[in-house]
This record gives sequence, structure tokens and C-alpha cells, in this order.
Amino acid sequence: MNATSSGGSNAGWFSALKLIALLLVLWQALAWMVGDVAMRTPLQTMTFTANLLTSPSFWPHLAETGRAFGLALLLAVVIGLAIGFLLGINRFASDVLEPVLVALYSIPKITLYPILLLMFGLGVAAKVAFGTIHGVIPIALFTLAAVRNVRPVFVKTGRVMGLGTGRMISGILLPAAMPEIFTGLRVGFSLTLIGTLLGEMFASQRGLGFMLMNAIGLHNVDVIMALTFLLVLFAGSASGLLLFLNRRLYQRA
Amino acid sequence: MTSIMTTSKPITPTRTPSAPGAAQVSLRGVDKEFIRPGRSGETVHALGPIDLDLRRGEFFAVVGPSGCGKSTLLELVAGLSTATRGDVTFEGKPIHNRIPDGVGVVFQEDASFPWLSVRENIAFGLRRIKIDPKERERRIENALAMMGLTSFAHSFPAQLSGGMRQRVCIARTLVTEPRLILLDEPFGALDQQTRLLMGDEVLNLWRKTGATVFLITHALDEAAMLADRIGVMSARPGRLIDIVETGWPRDRDSRIVQEEAFGAITARLWRSLRAESMKAIGKPEVEP
Amino acid sequence: MTPKKRAALWRIALLVGAVGGLEILCLSGHIDRLTMQPPHRIVMDLVALLAGGELNGAIAKTLRNAALAFVIAMVAGVSFAVLLHYLRSLRDMLDPVFATYYAIPMFAFYPLLIVLFGLGDTPQIFIGAMLAVVAVIVNTLNGLDRIPRVLLKTARVNQLSAWDTARLVMLPCAAPHILTGAKLAVAYSLIGIIGAEFIMSTGGMGYEISFAYMNFDNAKMYPLILLILLVSIAINTLLAKWEKILMARRGLS
Repeated sequence: MNATSSGGSNAGWFSALKLIALLLVLWQALAWMVGDVAMRTPLQTMTFTANLLTSPSFWPHLAETGRAFGLALLLAVVIGLAIGFLLGINRFASDVLEPVLVALYSIPKITLYPILLLMFGLGVAAKVAFGTIHGVIPIALFTLAAVRNVRPVFVKTGRVMGLGTGRMISGILLPAAMPEIFTGLRVGFSLTLIGTLLGEMFASQRGLGFMLMNAIGLHNVDVIMALTFLLVLFAGSASGLLLFLNRRLYQRA
Repeated sequence: MTSIMTTSKPITPTRTPSAPGAAQVSLRGVDKEFIRPGRSGETVHALGPIDLDLRRGEFFAVVGPSGCGKSTLLELVAGLSTATRGDVTFEGKPIHNRIPDGVGVVFQEDASFPWLSVRENIAFGLRRIKIDPKERERRIENALAMMGLTSFAHSFPAQLSGGMRQRVCIARTLVTEPRLILLDEPFGALDQQTRLLMGDEVLNLWRKTGATVFLITHALDEAAMLADRIGVMSARPGRLIDIVETGWPRDRDSRIVQEEAFGAITARLWRSLRAESMKAIGKPEVEP
Repeated sequence: MTPKKRAALWRIALLVGAVGGLEILCLSGHIDRLTMQPPHRIVMDLVALLAGGELNGAIAKTLRNAALAFVIAMVAGVSFAVLLHYLRSLRDMLDPVFATYYAIPMFAFYPLLIVLFGLGDTPQIFIGAMLAVVAVIVNTLNGLDRIPRVLLKTARVNQLSAWDTARLVMLPCAAPHILTGAKLAVAYSLIGIIGAEFIMSTGGMGYEISFAYMNFDNAKMYPLILLILLVSIAINTLLAKWEKILMARRGLS
């Protein structure tokens, strides 16, 4: 960890390039092995992706997914942080509720989609809810652990300085727990994204997830490949960035 | 704790050398260099050259400033790392990156396995030794008794104090009936009183087993109290700059810290070490 | 009463209150019957369903496939993690993949897997194992990273072979973390199997749930969802108990 992160970002970039090259080679090889029935080569996929990006019918779907994901992420972060801080500073509340959160984290939430559909109907609300329930629990759990792990001497220092709850959170708990909280946000980001997409696949008639589900039904390999490529690209670069920021935070801590 | 002085005669340091056994461990022209991790890749001369013979059955302690390569020296004898130059032999056979049979090691850090009971931890030491079940039981019971762990046999390490856990590690070494015991600052993590008592126990089992003991420590008083001979190491690259014979009788115990000679020995050790320790903490040399 | 016990009582009270509240809302008609059955009804339906036996085949199929996916993920994940633990550069390269992994809609690869393996159980098990394996790898690595160096030195001093070192020192030492991975793997195996059954399948609980959903057959849908949740919570509780025993033995709570 130290050798790569402090050894300069050069090594990191080199490693990332190697990884991308490796994935492309594997993809190409797999595409040749499997054949046209189920896969496209990287080049074909990128060409089709470019076409997709220039077709006007694609953008409303992207915008829909973007909006749903943004909303779900916002909700997950706000609610997750609130729960995490509340339980983090209140020992008894966390004793009562943490096992519940852990249990909720470990249930296969995908089975809940019909219930959400019945509750929210076939629209943006259902998939926002689906995204939020995926993302909120890891954010809450990571924040809770982060706040509880803040070195007691920091809190004592805050006390003797006479800080109130608000100043204690903003001045001491948040900065001290930031690296770990950020890890939670990173995990929450990924899970909210997958939750939103799954929501769209099963519970929507618009958005990238819906397009993907439709393409799976119609066995439209071009669209499946292009959408998967786009999503991996987005998720990969976003989580790469978050991972980079996260490591910087840990270095400072 | 277990050792009680049996002799009433006053302890005075005599210059009679300990039993002149053949050299059991011998280091000849030993150097250790390693490459500093990271991109610079510079070579660091950690240790040496060192020439040293350990006599069979003696208690030899090494003291030195922090970072001088004391632990590296022990790792070379334990076969945990290999010398860059020179030869390390145990009972005439070279040590090749593998611990020889008949050698036991106890580390500073708690090395008890937290998922095994005390008894299972001790039995773990016998994995590399082929003996019949009866002998196995005898040795385990013996080690438990010798370290005062019999009533804790079925406890887990987490239920024990730091000193007790360190006894588990010593017992795990004892079951192999080693002829050479390497102790790498085994009491470094314990409080002063516990260290004195553990020192008595080590002396006691040194007498009972007849094994050679090679102790690495940063504590001058510990070395002065326990050892027959004390090697003083310089700052990095660590070399032996002095060897002090304590001349203690074999049946000594921690009460020798009251002796005048004890003060004389620690004072001599500190004279040799002071300048080296200054170097180690980055201060320029100061004439005492 | 110890604080722990008091917390547990509060937790039970809260859960009972939540279910009771739901019951009241359903019975009073604030939640209509088409959206949700009252909880007592769901439980009765579940009992009737299990006693009737008409869905036992579907239930057995899903649970069997999930169990297979889980076992594959555990064996492959732990072995691969031990390998990665030694291959530092490969691990540095794959780190971003692990960080992104759960943001990728793995189900997009389901059509490809169907082409590769046919429309049997294999592609479903594959998806379940693929989803679960990374949770096992990441957590196992986390555990392996925390093995005190002195324990590995002790292994060498005791002349253990590489195999024995892994078997007798590394894996037992990392066991609590591996169990954390196992808990997530249970959920991910179920998600993989049930999600795949939602998308395209001819049987299994996922298929039955979506079939019931489309036919407004709440008497079948809710009990099946409840059953999946119960199974995953039960397995997780068992694993958590085991984890607790291991942690207590090590003096950690």
C-alpha cells in the first residue's frame, strides 16, 4: 500500500493501464471464443456505443437514470449520515438498532422489488427507493463505526473546550472520522448505482436499466454490450476517483 | 516466582569463566545488508562484520542501541534470514535459511495463537517432532507445569495476562527440548515487576534444561542480571564492541540486583553504550 | 439488567411495534389488500404454502442453487485471496476492480452466460457465485492483512510448510473476517440466483414471485418473499453466532 501510494501516482497509473490492457485482451479473446451470438469485440462495442450516444432516443433514458441515481444517492447519503451520526454518538441507540441495520444489510434486497412496485407504482419513485435502500445501510454502518472509533481523547478535548453537539460533530467527529466515512460513501455510491439500475430493470419503463432489460428480452447483443460497457466505464472511473480520494484521506489521517 | 535461592553464600562476581564447552553457535565474518524498500533501492548495511562463539550451556545476552540490528542478529541464528556474507553454524552445521532442530525461539510480540487453547498452543510446538503419544503427553504436561500453566491448560490466550501469554510461548518452545533457546526481547512488552519475575523463571529453566540461552534485550539491567556474558553492540551497522563477563554463580536470581557488582556491570555496559545510543537517536557524539 | 439485555428488549419491542403497526394499517384499510396483506395473513399463507407443497420444487431449486453458488464462491474466493496475498502486484492491479465490482450490473452478462452454458441452472449458479466471490476475496484479504507478523515467524520457526502455514495459521487467524465475507456471500448468492430467475427462467422462487406479482397473487408473492428473507436472516444469524464465539475466544466482543 505504502509502496504504491507513496511511490508516486506513476506506479498507480501504470498499474491501471496494465489492468485496462489486460481486460481488453481478455474481452477480445472471449469475444472470439464465444462468437457473434452472444458477444461483440471491444472495437464493435465501442463503435456501437458511439452510434448509441449520437442517437436522440438514447438521451432521455440516460437523463432519467442520471436523475434517479442522483436523487437516490442524495437520499442515501443524507439519511445514511444522519443515522450513522445519531447512532455513533448514542451508545444505547446503536446497541438497539445496529443489529437491525446489519440484518437489513445482509438480506437479498432484490426480492423486495415487487413490494416497492406495489407501494410506489411503476415510475421514478420506485427506482429511487430501490437505489436508496441499497445505498443507505452501508453508509449508515460505516459512519456509525467511524464515529465510534474516533479516539476518545479527541472527544474529551472537545468537551473541555465546551463544544456543543453541533460543533462537536462539525469540528471534531466529522473530520476525525472522515476517511472511514468516505469509505462508506464509496461503497454506498456503488450500491446505490446498482440498486437504481436493478430498480429500472425490474420496476420501470424508462432509463438505462429498462433499456438493458429490454435488450436482454429481445436478445439485442449490440445494445447489451454497449450499455454494459458504458455502465462499467462510468462506475469504474467514478469509483477509481473515489478510491484515489479515499487513499489520500487515509494518508493524511 | 518459582526459583528460590538455595545458597546462603554471598554472591560476588568472580572471574572464573563458565564451563568451557565447545562453541555451539559460531558466527564468522557475518554481515547483513538489505535493500531499503521503495524506489531508491539503496543498500543498508545493517549488521557486521561479527565474530562470535556461544559456548554450550551459557547464558549470553546482547544489548545495543535501538535499530542496531540486535534482532537481525537473532534472526540469522534462527534461520529466519540469511547473512549477506560470512557463516553461521549451529553444532558445526551451517544454518541455511531454516531453523535447525534443537533451536527454539521466543519473540517480543505475543505469538500465542488466539484460536487455540493454552494446551493446543503448546502442543503446536511438537508438530515438527516425531514422538509417540505418551512422550508427547509427558512433554506437554511437563512444560505446563514448568511454566505454571497447568490450571490454565484449557483457557484461551485472551483470558490470560501478557506475562502468562509469554509463558505459553516459552512453553511451546520448551516441549521441543531445545539445546539452544533464542529470546528476542521476550519481556519487552511487560511491566518492570513482571519482567523481574519472568527473569527468575528464565534463569530457573535455563538451569533445569541445561540449554544455551541467547537473549536479545535493550534493558541493561536485564542483561546484567541474567547473563554469564554480555555482548555490547554498536549503532548501525551493529558490531560487537565489548563483551562483559558477569561472573555470576549459576544459581543466581533477581535478588542480585542488590549486589554492588550488579551496579558495576550496568555502569560498564552504559559506558560502552552511551555514545552509541546517542548516535542511534541522531545526536552528535558527546564525550562522557 | 445489563445494558446489552436492555437493548435487546428494546429492539424486540421496536420490531414487534413495527409489525403490529403494519398489521393495524393493513386491517384498518390504510394499506389496501392489493398492496399488502396484513402480516398475520402472510405468515398463515406461508404455512399453508409449505404444507401444500406445490412450490416445494421451486423452493428447493432456488435454495440448492444458492447453496452451490455460495460454496463455489467460498472455496474459490478464499483460495484466490490467499494467492493474491502473495502476489502483491496482481493484487494492486485488481484493487480497483474489486472497488468497482458491485456497481456493475452483473445480470447484464446473464444472456452471455445462457449462450455459454445453456438455459439450465448453470448460468444462474455462475451469476450467484460471481456476485458472492468478490465479497469473500475482499474480506479474506482484509483478514490476511491483519495477521501479526510474529505468527508467521512462529510458523517458520515451527518449520511449517506453505500449505500448513495457510491451513493452520493464516486461515484460522483470518477466520472472523472470512466469516464476515461468508455472511455477505449468503446474500449475494441468493441475489444472483433470484435475480436471474426474475429475468429469465422457468422455475425457482424468483420466477414464482414475479409470476405471482403479474397475476396480483399476493397470497403467493408475500409468503415467498418472507421465506427468502427468513432463510437469509436465519443463515446470517447462525454465522454471526459463530463469529461471536470466535471473537469472544480472542477477547474481542
